[in-house]
Amino acid sequence: MKTYDFNQQYISKIEQEVALSTENVQVHYGKSHAIFDASLDFPRFQITSLIGASGSGKSTYLRCLNRMNDRIAQVDGKILYRNTDINSKTINVYEVRRHIGMVFQRPNPFAKSIRENILFALKNNGINDKKELQERLETSLRDAALWDEVKDDLDKSALALSGGQQQRLCIARSIAMHPDILLLDEPASALDPISTSKIEETLKLLSKSYTIIIVTHNMQQASRISDYTAFFHMGHIIEYNQTKNIFTAPEIKATEDYISGDFG
Amino acid sequence: MNAKKSDKLATGMIYGLVGIVVSILVALLGYILYNGVPDINWHFLTSEAQSFSAGGGVRDQLFNSLYLLVLALIISFPIALGAGIYLSEYAKDNWVTDIIRTSIEVLSSLPSVVVGLFGYLLLVIQLNMGFSILAGAIALTFFNLPLLTRNIEESLRSVPDLQREAGTSLGLSGWKTITKIILPMALPGILTGLILCSGRIFGEAAALIYTAGQSAPSVDYGNWNLFTETSFLNPMRPAETLAVHIWKVNTESVTPDSSAISSASSAVLIIVILIFNLGARYLGNKLFKKMTASK
Repeated sequence: MKTYDFNQQYISKIEQEVALSTENVQVHYGKSHAIFDASLDFPRFQITSLIGASGSGKSTYLRCLNRMNDRIAQVDGKILYRNTDINSKTINVYEVRRHIGMVFQRPNPFAKSIRENILFALKNNGINDKKELQERLETSLRDAALWDEVKDDLDKSALALSGGQQQRLCIARSIAMHPDILLLDEPASALDPISTSKIEETLKLLSKSYTIIIVTHNMQQASRISDYTAFFHMGHIIEYNQTKNIFTAPEIKATEDYISGDFG
Repeated sequence: MNAKKSDKLATGMIYGLVGIVVSILVALLGYILYNGVPDINWHFLTSEAQSFSAGGGVRDQLFNSLYLLVLALIISFPIALGAGIYLSEYAKDNWVTDIIRTSIEVLSSLPSVVVGLFGYLLLVIQLNMGFSILAGAIALTFFNLPLLTRNIEESLRSVPDLQREAGTSLGLSGWKTITKIILPMALPGILTGLILCSGRIFGEAAALIYTAGQSAPSVDYGNWNLFTETSFLNPMRPAETLAVHIWKVNTESVTPDSSAISSASSAVLIIVILIFNLGARYLGNKLFKKMTASK
């Protein structure tokens, strides 16, 4: 395996409005150090991809952003959202997760009807107005490009849907909460190419009104859909730049090797 | 020996072993039912047991068994549910949890006669309950808790972690996620376990001989006031169950038809347990189907 100098970094500054940023985030699983000094700014209403080999820490880093690593790992450093450090102990993590939603690698709809999958969390957050619920149900399913396929089966179990549909349902479930930011952890890796391209289209559309951060193994996917890309290697962020620069003119040798497949 | 041959041999052996298990089961069930069923009739199910003359029934014993079962489940289910949720969702992997698990395992391997004698000393004598349904129900709780707790824990554990993450990522609290998402998914498994435990309780004799007693005083099935002595619901009365009745008829009965009574009682017991088991499968399947599409 090639060794690279982790001090060689290229992190480009974001000129536009920033939705979320991290400062010197460190993650420890017990004694092992998983993320080293991760500092990134995520531009608002843009798609940012996190790429890197398996075990490079990109998923771990993503899960820090809405506190999904609580009780699993020790996360230090600052995560700034609307001028608040959401990594502080005193923050209301439930509130954080309502603003920063997450979609996982494998589709995980609840064993409930399609309707209840979307509405369950809303009702539990105190939204009881029937009209509002119906409205959110329809718009979130439309936004996730699922409405036309399920509008007649809203009371059927979500588990009867195909994998791709289930994943879009999970996206709909997240955006029904009206989050600011959507985190996706390899959302298409368990899906076939057709479902994948549907998810990608969906994300493209969503990026008009959501800030999206997506972990992906698929470099074509990163280059197709994202505006910015961060390259992770062994817990370090090696390079962060506009996607077109990363894929056409990377600044760091490690990035270039990874993208060209001459890695490891 | 080549791969094909050894595979055939292994398969044959496995079939053989399964065959032994099945034939033992069929032989036992067949024997009990063959001997017992001809003696079961409406009169047998609806009349009192007789001490000296022939023609006694098992009305009270059958009712006592069912009543004791219900009471035991009312006491043990909430405790087991709480303990199961704790073990599967909250317990950290440390020595305290290990001790809890080990205790549960030890408790589940206690011989039921020991549980019965312990119940006798603690409940019947020390706490002055006398031979009573309540004492029996509490003894059955000791006996039942470990299995039920384990079953609930396993059922909850079998729900994928992805579901927990889905709940948390939507801003739901841990408790909401457990009660509204995880528990409903685990329900078919929990229900199956509950009914299987019921079968075990229903057939239990040793733990009850010393706690619920061996006598079935005649009770009034029209008296719904459970605080009066003659009420069939009075939890403080002694109550011989069906399983205890079988034991007693076989050891010390002087009625001329005792062997017929014991065979018929055994058959009734087996049939009720069979109904529980088949019911558990049916209900479990049905619930699962209802929850996971395919309706």
